[in-house]
Amino acid sequence: MSQTHAPAPSWQEDVFAALKKRGIQLIAHVPDSGHSHTILEAQRDPAIHDVVLTTEEEGVAVVSGAWLGGQRSVLLMQSSGVGNCVNMFSLLQMCQFPFLTLVTMRGEYAEFNPWQGPMGRTTRQALELMGITVVRADRPEDVEEAVEAALDSVFEAGERVAVLLGQKLIGRKKWERD
Amino acid sequence: MTALGTPARTGTPARIDRRRFVADLIARLPEDALVVSGLGSPSYDVFAAGDRPGNFYLWGAMGAAAPLALGLALARPEHPVVAITGDGEHLMGIGALGTIGAQLPPNLTVVVLDNAHFGETGMQPSHTGLGTDLVAVARGFGIRDTVRISGLDQAEDLAARIRAGTATTYAQVLITTDEPPRALPPRDGVANKNSFRAALGLSTF
Repeated sequence: MSQTHAPAPSWQEDVFAALKKRGIQLIAHVPDSGHSHTILEAQRDPAIHDVVLTTEEEGVAVVSGAWLGGQRSVLLMQSSGVGNCVNMFSLLQMCQFPFLTLVTMRGEYAEFNPWQGPMGRTTRQALELMGITVVRADRPEDVEEAVEAALDSVFEAGERVAVLLGQKLIGRKKWERD
Repeated sequence: MTALGTPARTGTPARIDRRRFVADLIARLPEDALVVSGLGSPSYDVFAAGDRPGNFYLWGAMGAAAPLALGLALARPEHPVVAITGDGEHLMGIGALGTIGAQLPPNLTVVVLDNAHFGETGMQPSHTGLGTDLVAVARGFGIRDTVRISGLDQAEDLAARIRAGTATTYAQVLITTDEPPRALPPRDGVANKNSFRAALGLSTF
């Protein structure tokens, strides 16, 4: 089976480079096109466990378990996945686990599918209600700094941080297949 | 090793005492085994067997026991990691078995204490009493090493599998609906996290 991949946008390369630089050893994910480069690199990298999830809330537990065992990890999801995690976030608050999630946004810019709206509009509030600090990056040149700053807060200060990657970064979704 | 899956001998398999089985199992685990317990009675059973530095007790986050144990098993391949949980907690995060089936860390064992009821909330019947076959579910998710336990004498077989650490193992333990006296582990998650990590030589963060 051969698949060709278009080169990833440079901000996506910045994300994976930042994760590697700060010693991330496990990447748990529910896929999204905005995370495709990081997932592909995680699968190729023998020093990283890539863990594909059936639902995002599993990922909250997986990354907590990894950290309990001494590994740094990150959870990748789409904004809709934040809603799936709400009660599971209590694990982070009760145990004060360091926690990093990177969330690609839907339902906020040039969104074709209105079903993405309800969760996309409340992603930030849902995270904040559950005690997670939210930072955003909307321009490609801001992504590296946002992810590195979040990595510092999480693994140097033991915080819980979500980086929202704005839908503008991903651009308009093509709905018609050529 | 015993044969996979113990078929019912006379139609309905026997059911065993949860507290005694968990105590018998934990007594046979190596000292460096890491145990994650699911909320409710499994946490009480694990605590009643004797507190250990390698125990992590969940009091909430329903569905977390198996996936948390997975992350731990991947991070600590040199330690046996055992999730001990109940059918209700497990069913709430049943998709985690697919995630485990895609990884299959050989040091991971998932033990489900199955009384076919939601015991904490008034003994309403659960899915496992209404048609769900957990061993078939686990096998369907790609976990090939499965065992159904309905005798106390099987604790040693399961412990031997855990000590061998050669394959992700899934054990469905058929238990009675008896509720032994509550043995409440500490509810301070931060303290449990810190002591657990300290036992592994890790700093608080």
